[in-house]
Amino acid sequence: MPPGQYLTDDFPVLSAGPTPHTPLEEWTFSIQGGAEPVSWTWDELRALPSEEPTVDIHCVTRWSKLDTTWEGVSVDTLLDAVEHDSAYAVAFCDGGYTTNLPLEDLTGGKAWVAYRYGGDELDPEHGGPARLLVPHLYFWKSAKWVRGLSLRDEDEPGFWESNGYHLRGDPWLEQRYWGD
Amino acid sequence: MTWLTAEIAAVNQETPRVRTLELAARGWPGHRAGQHLDLRLTAEDGYQAQRSYSIASAPGEPLALTVERLDDGEVSPYLVDEAREGDRLEVRGPIGGYFVWDGDEPQPSLLIAGGSGVVPLMAMSRHHAQIESRAPMRLVVSSRTLADVIYREELNRLTAKGDGFEVVHTLTREQPPGWTGYTRRIDPELLSEVAFPAAEAPRVYVCGSTRFVDAAADGLIEAGYEPGWIRTERFGATGS
Repeated sequence: MPPGQYLTDDFPVLSAGPTPHTPLEEWTFSIQGGAEPVSWTWDELRALPSEEPTVDIHCVTRWSKLDTTWEGVSVDTLLDAVEHDSAYAVAFCDGGYTTNLPLEDLTGGKAWVAYRYGGDELDPEHGGPARLLVPHLYFWKSAKWVRGLSLRDEDEPGFWESNGYHLRGDPWLEQRYWGD
Repeated sequence: MTWLTAEIAAVNQETPRVRTLELAARGWPGHRAGQHLDLRLTAEDGYQAQRSYSIASAPGEPLALTVERLDDGEVSPYLVDEAREGDRLEVRGPIGGYFVWDGDEPQPSLLIAGGSGVVPLMAMSRHHAQIESRAPMRLVVSSRTLADVIYREELNRLTAKGDGFEVVHTLTREQPPGWTGYTRRIDPELLSEVAFPAAEAPRVYVCGSTRFVDAAADGLIEAGYEPGWIRTERFGATGS
């Protein structure tokens, strides 16, 4: 367990605003900021090869949950469709939430766009239809209701990162807040 | 962010399950209404437990936390049942820059609290009084019974000032004889009666359990509120 965390069997919900409900027929996942913008419809995303990671997750509000099971598309698979030389990304979401990540943290089999949790379709309150899953960082980086990535040359703070939370958020280094 | 030693300066039993702890923390940098802090307890054997708690006091007032006992909790039973004046613990903060009300905007504010979700909203209500804001502010508090209403006397006093601050109570489980307030959980009809008109573009702060927050936020969106006006803070089942 990372320092300062406690175990829970529940799956607490934290979000800064209302739960969005975007119809699947209007839903897309897009990657902007590369040579060409690329986007997938819901059916196209679901047709991509998926993975079923089992991972521990760690929330900055101090709960950790072990051995959670997910299904989704590796971000590596999505980025393979994009020509780019960016080093950072901002994930953007329904509801206006954003979070920033170095591409190093999104690639190499460490991050997914997840649409199933615990064997079921992902609940809206937990980020469904799809959320980012970046389990090696605090869970606010695993943006709920994710709709795409905007590739950047420089690291630009997202929503919580502009509101007092750490730019990177590594739980093993306890990077919770500004200055940690 | 560094840990500060805080001494419990005063203890006030709000309800059978809820207590307010006033803390004297040398070096505390001050906070905004709605922010929270991290609290750390260290046992004699060195075992440490940390939790986040909302700050109940207005900016500039002595730091106060209001904590509800969660029976299977590791930290809250100590804070609610055992902590005494003079006990020491550690805090760091303040934390959070979004679920805050600074009082520098003219539009009405609608605050919606489920149970102990009232705590950060109380900081905003106290701040409203302290800065003598004339901006309309309405606090909707959902509690199980009258005995479970946190800050009841003080809310009555704040309402009596007639400065644009109002309180609406709903008691969801049991009501005293002669109760004229609401008697049910927050629903779209209740919200349509207590919410400011959407045309006034109110700022909304909702704090409570996930189910409570979703019911309130969805009801307001149904009433024509923009999702972007609504700021939420949720307690998980094991939130703290």
